Amino acid sequence: MTDFSDAFAAALGLVLGLDSSLTEIVGLSLRVSLTAVAIAALIGLPVGAAIALFRFRGRFFIVVCVNALMGMPPVVVGLIVYLLLSRAGPFGVFGLLFTPTAMIVAQVLLVTPIIAALTRQVIEDLWIEYEEQLRSLGAGPGRAVPALLWDGRFTLITAILAGFGRASAEVGAVMIVGGNIDHVTRVMTTSIALEVSKGNLALALGLGMILLVLSASINAGAYLIQHSTKRWHA
Amino acid sequence: MKRVTIMALVAAVMALMPGPAAAAEKFFTLVGTTSTDNSGLYGKILPTFTAKTGIKVRVVSVGTGRAINIAKNGDADVLLVHHRTSEDKFVADGYGVKRHDVMYNDFIIVGPENDPANIWGLKSVVDGLAQIAATKNFFVSRGDDSGTHKKELSIWKLTGINAVKASGTWYREAGAGMGATLNTASAMPAYTLSDRGTWLKFENRGGLKLVAENDPLLLNPYGVILINPKRHPHVKAGMGQAFIDWITGPEGQAAIKAYRIKGRQAFFPNAK
Amino acid sequence: MTAPSDDPRILPLELDDVCFEAGGNRLIKDVTLRLEPGLKTVIIGPNGAGKSLFLRLCHGLLRPTQGSVRWQQETGAGRHQAMVFQRPVMLRRSVAANIKYALKLHQVPRRHRADIIDRVLHQTGLKRLADQPARVLSIGEQQKLALARAWALEPQVLFLDEPTASLDPAATHSVEEIIAAIHDAGTRIIMTTHDLGQARRIADEVIFINRGRILEAAPAGRFFEAPENDLAQAFVRGELLWWNKGQDNRKQGLPPKEGEG
Repeated sequence: MTDFSDAFAAALGLVLGLDSSLTEIVGLSLRVSLTAVAIAALIGLPVGAAIALFRFRGRFFIVVCVNALMGMPPVVVGLIVYLLLSRAGPFGVFGLLFTPTAMIVAQVLLVTPIIAALTRQVIEDLWIEYEEQLRSLGAGPGRAVPALLWDGRFTLITAILAGFGRASAEVGAVMIVGGNIDHVTRVMTTSIALEVSKGNLALALGLGMILLVLSASINAGAYLIQHSTKRWHA
Repeated sequence: MKRVTIMALVAAVMALMPGPAAAAEKFFTLVGTTSTDNSGLYGKILPTFTAKTGIKVRVVSVGTGRAINIAKNGDADVLLVHHRTSEDKFVADGYGVKRHDVMYNDFIIVGPENDPANIWGLKSVVDGLAQIAATKNFFVSRGDDSGTHKKELSIWKLTGINAVKASGTWYREAGAGMGATLNTASAMPAYTLSDRGTWLKFENRGGLKLVAENDPLLLNPYGVILINPKRHPHVKAGMGQAFIDWITGPEGQAAIKAYRIKGRQAFFPNAK
Repeated sequence: MTAPSDDPRILPLELDDVCFEAGGNRLIKDVTLRLEPGLKTVIIGPNGAGKSLFLRLCHGLLRPTQGSVRWQQETGAGRHQAMVFQRPVMLRRSVAANIKYALKLHQVPRRHRADIIDRVLHQTGLKRLADQPARVLSIGEQQKLALARAWALEPQVLFLDEPTASLDPAATHSVEEIIAAIHDAGTRIIMTTHDLGQARRIADEVIFINRGRILEAAPAGRFFEAPENDLAQAFVRGELLWWNKGQDNRKQGLPPKEGEG
């Protein structure tokens, strides 16, 4: 078990020493994942609500697809985005490969289905409760979307956090489209993968602990907010 | 309350948006192999290049097969790998301008401490591998189409034994980089072919030790190639060529020679 | 406050041969009716008679399978109606915000909203709860909020579906007072109830429904004094009609069901 105590010591050392490359890597990880989640929410919330409220041809198929995409392997998404952004691919002219932007794109693709699928479920259930009253007040499904999203905000925040968890934890997509370039596209997960490949297991584990603490802090913060506003969730 | 929340969210997103494009920053992209990067060479010598020219080098490290793939697509500017046949084909097919010698190091065989196949002291690596196969001791292969992998397969060919056929039994294909493969070999424990640079830096040796070296077959030459701007007009040919000139020139070669891992010289410059 | 007099009147409401079918069953049959302005109409009948369905057909939440439901003004009639349900439906926001949302949907100008909210909360006795989360209120208070919300819209017609069925007597009394006040302010009341006492207290006009048919429609005084339809008589006497299923058919002049004498 020496690895675990070594790992803890390594992690502590990095954090206490405010290791500059650590802060750079943590900063980039947060920037990439938080941006991706924000964009994914901007897309996933209205799309999920629309699927929930409207009847259209192929709806069943779309629902099943979105649910299935929640489980898309990150490395597959990374490969697809690489092929799209490569100079040899359709969007190569933008030169986005091996930049944080490419990483954000890949993570948006990973996270949007999660948010859309969970939003769909939440909004569907809310509409069952509210439909008659809202229609009576003059709000059909289209007009009701913002009110429904706001009403479901507590559950939807949990969905968004789930998306953030997925984004900050994955390594397959960001490795392929980012290239793990030192000081440019190296994030927590790719650093951990790199240290493992160098055999620096203690350091890798230490970085892993830091990542866990970061993720736990964000989740704790969100839960605190939800808890303190519990009365509004009745 | 709702408006404040929305404004706060928008502000947060904007603060996190990627900063202004690095167009102001001078850089080019070098695609190379994990074995070179993991040895720590780039970390040591590239800053010298940047200090001299002001050009930053963005290093993408993958297996040789993937590196060549990335280079063919034009997603990088300079290619630096260690598989002569692939490199020559790359230039011949018009993807690269010219192949230059840079340096070489060597491969070694590492294996379990107690050396169950008894290959310590054998001069011929071909004999060594043949003996591992005959005694059916575990051997872990990179299995990832890398330069190391291709070298390993070429030695198997000389033994006349089809190791790949035994895949899953004593012959295990990791499909991974050098470090990951060494991790696997260390845990089993098993024999494996490794480049000396990665081995010297490797921290997780477990029960592994060096069992065979110095066979001329184990020489591992590296070549550097500028990706052809005629093929991919966006390639940063100026900066890429500056790098190639530097690394094959006296300064770069000296820097390579000076690089030590645990007191030992890891790479041997051989540019002409 | 009366509904603005320059708004087009949507009453009278005319139902013409309206039928409603669901799941293969005819739940509302051959309803032809005209609802004039001004009165408080109470619709009574046993459980499952179709009172709630009838209300929803009038309000437009359901479309008739056959026949037509016509207001005097075809388009936009919905804006001048409101409905309160048996269980109040409130959004996860404050008491005041729930009313504000309804006003927003009706495009009431922003500058008027605060005053309207203030007024209706005062009139329903909910002013001190204005900033509370609406859903932590007791069910009686939430139902009063539902009325306040409807009132804020100044509807010409207010539908209420068994509004006090879930409430205790004190809350029931409060709610009936509010309904009366809304009517006094100029809103037509159309309400269902299974509570005869409530019907007696409130109704100007009574509609008796059984098994999807309107069996009698009369001014309240006459109806409670001497209902013409014998099923209505039974109902007013407090007899639960579902006991008399077989006798129903005989009384209506239909052949008895199989297996009955």
